[in-house]
Amino acid sequence: MARRKIHKDVLGGGLMIALGIGVVIQSRSYTFGTLSRMGPGYFPVALGVILALAGLAIVVKGWLAGAPEETKAVPLEWRAWMLIGLSIVAFVVLAEYLGLVPATFAVVFISALADRQNTWRHAALLGLAIVVVSVVVFWWALQIQLPLFRWG
Amino acid sequence: MILQSLSDLWYGFGVALTPHNLMWSFFGVLVGNLIGVLPGMGALSAIAMLLPLTYTMHPVPAILMLAGIFYGSQYGGAIGAILLNLPSHPPHAVTCIDGYPMTRQGKGGTALGITMIASFFAASFGIIVMIFASPLLVAVAFKFGPTEIFAIMLLGLIAGSTMARGSPIKGIAMTTFGLLLGVVGTDVNSGVARFTLGLPELTDRVELVALAMGLFGVADFLLNVNHMHYIGTETRVRLRDMRPSKAELKQAFLPMVRGTLVGTLFGAMPGTGPTITTFIAYALERKITKTPERFGKGALEGVASPEAASHSKTQVDFIPTMSLGIPGDAVMALLLGALLIQGIQPGPMLITEHADLFWGLIASFWVGNVLLVVLNVPMIGIWVKMLQVPYRYLFPSALFFIAVGVYSTNNSLFEVGEVLVFGVVGAILMALDFPVATILLGYVLGPLVEENFRRALLLSRGDLRVFFERPISATFMTICIVLVLGQLFFAARAALRQRRAMYTPPLPHGGPVIADE
Repeated sequence: MARRKIHKDVLGGGLMIALGIGVVIQSRSYTFGTLSRMGPGYFPVALGVILALAGLAIVVKGWLAGAPEETKAVPLEWRAWMLIGLSIVAFVVLAEYLGLVPATFAVVFISALADRQNTWRHAALLGLAIVVVSVVVFWWALQIQLPLFRWG
Repeated sequence: MILQSLSDLWYGFGVALTPHNLMWSFFGVLVGNLIGVLPGMGALSAIAMLLPLTYTMHPVPAILMLAGIFYGSQYGGAIGAILLNLPSHPPHAVTCIDGYPMTRQGKGGTALGITMIASFFAASFGIIVMIFASPLLVAVAFKFGPTEIFAIMLLGLIAGSTMARGSPIKGIAMTTFGLLLGVVGTDVNSGVARFTLGLPELTDRVELVALAMGLFGVADFLLNVNHMHYIGTETRVRLRDMRPSKAELKQAFLPMVRGTLVGTLFGAMPGTGPTITTFIAYALERKITKTPERFGKGALEGVASPEAASHSKTQVDFIPTMSLGIPGDAVMALLLGALLIQGIQPGPMLITEHADLFWGLIASFWVGNVLLVVLNVPMIGIWVKMLQVPYRYLFPSALFFIAVGVYSTNNSLFEVGEVLVFGVVGAILMALDFPVATILLGYVLGPLVEENFRRALLLSRGDLRVFFERPISATFMTICIVLVLGQLFFAARAALRQRRAMYTPPLPHGGPVIADE
């Protein structure tokens, strides 16, 4: 059982190493400069190296800690994750093309469906309630710079 | 001199307590409080939104109202951080670490009560310092060059990283990640766009509010969806629960005093923002306590100290802003802007030329803080009611508030997209047991650290010894080194012990916790 489960720290540390190296590679396109006259690349390269080293330390520590203890794994909720992501995307797209009211309804309605206990009806009612709040608080009272409805 | 200050202050109270000014102050506190509770709407957006209102007003009520919004929203931000784990103002990210677990344990009322007491105490202290120590603090502040600022920021970063629960190395990795996020955008010295992925929107840096809301709000929703039913595990919350017990008061008192002192110290130094202040106050508490393992799981000290620090800092921050014209952070810069719009030039002459404004402002701080307490005693019941809303209704609504709040910061939908990206990043990092709060610290300090590092070395012609040659900077650097060595020592000792014991229970930070059914 312990063979297939990689220690979380090995994974996390590896991620940091990859990120650090990526930053260093990307920073090579900026001027490096000298210590007395640092170019835009100096600071990011230094940070990238630190990040990679920290990642290495995390990996080594995770490796030494040996077989993973009984960690609480994050349960997979792909449907919910997708819906929450989609709800924010929907807000951005609808606010751009259709206005505040459709965007508000979409973000609440779609994300509410992420919870298995919410029915379509619940989600729709919650969406409508928040639309009212949105119009009164943000559009009327705080005068947000988004029209209620627009086209294109 | 002190007598002079006292009589000036008396005069200031006269100004602040005129019904007209009092009304605007109250209005500011109320609106600030209401807006501050909304996720994503911090003092910055609240002041920015109401700034146009002041164009037609007399300067004194205008600035009183704006200051009221400021501390009103600051307190409101603490409410959101404690009850919902949403830091609408980044300094409160630290309050989340212990405040939210307290709420989960059904002690949210106590946390709010302690916050209120701590802020009131700290603000009062800050005001007193402001009255009597202004000249002294101003003199110290003049001694701060890029070398000193870099040294103190390094200290803040190291102290902040090592306070992370679990391994300090992970804290350092996250702080570095945050610093890198701070690098994104146009380099001020050369104009080169760095790490923008070819997106023109990113040349203006990553938006702070989007980052905070993504890491704390959306990431939390992603991890908890379908696994949490109520945020408060205990629904029993009455006004009475807000009043902390005698033992709790005693427990919170010293942290409160220490936090206040940290805040006062940092308030006097221009360029040190409130975020670093609260992180250092928290780190200090964790270092001092005999039971550091309670931190992150609802330690009262972890709420009292940073909140006190943030409020005393806020008060003392007005000193460099008003008397030197150097704003400590973005909110102060906005207030400075409001003064300039009114045709008032902040600077050493302000105190003498606009005595009514300066002393009225100081007096109004105190009046405003009293108003805040009066206002929040009855309101707390409403805030706590929020916890009784089932999670399945709460998080979609909060998502909307986050989206609209982030949008309104800069009227940018692109930044709403950033929230999603950081939400996913935050969820992945949290699932891997990385402490995400320090990312925010790194991000906020990133540009300042780079700027001051570059400037200090430019002045010293590339000689790194400069950091140890100047006394103030040398002191900070020494503390940094002691901290790092201390961490290494403790890590080595822990590793040895672990070899012997071979088992330590893991402590996932902010990971998914299944609520009681």
